[in-house]
Amino acid sequence: MTKFFAGLSALFMLLFSSFSGFASGNSEGKFNAGEMIMHHIQDAHEIHIIGDFAIYLPVILKSEKGFEVFCSSHFYHNKKTAAISVHENQIKNIEYFEHNGFALFHEKIYYTNEQGELDFDEHGHPTNQAVTIDLSITKNTAGLLFALLIVTLVFLSVAKAYKKNVNKAPKGLQSFMEPLILFIRDEVAKPSIGHKYHLFMPFLLTIFFFIWTCNILGLIPFLGGLNITGTLSVTAVLATVVFVITSINGNKHYWGHLLWPPGIPLPIKFILVPIEIAGIFIKPLVLMVRLTANITAGHIIILAFVCLIFIFGEQSATAGYGVGVGSLFFMIFMNFIELLVAFLQAYVFTLLAAIYFGSAVEEAHH
Amino acid sequence: MLSVSIGTIIWTSIAFLTVLFILGKFAWKPILKAIQEREESIELALRAAENAKKEMENLQSSNEKLLNEARIERDKILKEAREAKELVISTAKGKASEEAEKIIAMARESIHNEKMAAVTELKNQVAVLSIEIAEKILKQQLSDEDKQKKIIDNLVKDVNLN
Repeated sequence: MTKFFAGLSALFMLLFSSFSGFASGNSEGKFNAGEMIMHHIQDAHEIHIIGDFAIYLPVILKSEKGFEVFCSSHFYHNKKTAAISVHENQIKNIEYFEHNGFALFHEKIYYTNEQGELDFDEHGHPTNQAVTIDLSITKNTAGLLFALLIVTLVFLSVAKAYKKNVNKAPKGLQSFMEPLILFIRDEVAKPSIGHKYHLFMPFLLTIFFFIWTCNILGLIPFLGGLNITGTLSVTAVLATVVFVITSINGNKHYWGHLLWPPGIPLPIKFILVPIEIAGIFIKPLVLMVRLTANITAGHIIILAFVCLIFIFGEQSATAGYGVGVGSLFFMIFMNFIELLVAFLQAYVFTLLAAIYFGSAVEEAHH
Repeated sequence: MLSVSIGTIIWTSIAFLTVLFILGKFAWKPILKAIQEREESIELALRAAENAKKEMENLQSSNEKLLNEARIERDKILKEAREAKELVISTAKGKASEEAEKIIAMARESIHNEKMAAVTELKNQVAVLSIEIAEKILKQQLSDEDKQKKIIDNLVKDVNLN
């Protein structure tokens, strides 16, 4: 147990050094907690591991000239500075990255002007046209592919184990996964959906293990602070799939109650039906926002504890160390909470999806 | 984070749907099928065990019944045997006493006969002896003349009286 905690604190110490690398790299000198946190939960075109070491990812752009594919290291190794005047006599330096007619500013890609530069307005926003179709494998896309790969490999091997020892007690990885599979089947799918539960089992299992894996990956240090399920684009796709499956499987009873609820006076129907129709869109939207917000919030809290150290460290080194010890314990505590949240949010998403499916396939019983 | 990126959406959709398809076909289907089959086989085995237990109980109760019947049968046989024994003994006793009575009767008869024979013999002996004694007495009495005379006289006297 002491070994375990020693290892854990060593991990966090290393994590700080990676943050301090980032902090010292800031040319402005003053530590900006908000900027630092947003930078870490934002998607990026590189996976920043530690210090100056990063994994550079492919940038794929669809421009007027056609597809452009290059490594993001070209961006990150070509830093440029633009000086803009804010108010009178106040000059602010803005950093961006440039490569081959494209500029990367706050992880968004723009076309550069003829001089190969990015123009800014007085608020520090770029005035150049942004690239509309950016198909780059970003940090979170890479993380997502990695998570899907893990899930696929794990469950293909588990499936093989089931084929190998038929009607025998599960072994190894299989025995770890079986209670989870049974949990989804018996505690989520069966009570929420009813006798048609088997139709939705593949989706529910995939989404549960996928979200869980993504959440866990987001908690592992030195993976660039993956925030896969905290990315709205990812959860939007998952929510859309839930919406599509619910709509396709919706039977006469489901749509009937939605569009023309029986046994309700006509004037109330005019109020109820729009609400119900809005509801079918709100439900997946809520799924999407809940997952994103929960996972991102967890990341922000942990990052905020890290920031505390630097904020106090700027005042005096002693304060920095003092707060660091307290922050460390809070971070360890938060990491355990986040481990629970990782499971919980995967469970909640799966359960709510199952409940929506259940309402879609429910038979009339009156 | 909060801005929606088309690239991420496209990659997520393609990757997620592909994995959903692969896992659905090659992982979830066989896994769920295997679990269900195993559950069924376990249930079947449990039911078989339950049946075996019930059968065992039945067998046990029938055994008990058989044992009881055997015990009753044994008791009956024993009782019959005891009765038969008593009957045999009592008849034997009856016969024996009858025989004994017979023997005793025969013995008594023969004793009686012997006695009678002995008595007759004795009587004969007594008669012979009395005759001999009478002869001897007579011989003695009539040895002298006086005595002869006296007897005659007595005899004559008696006659006279008649």
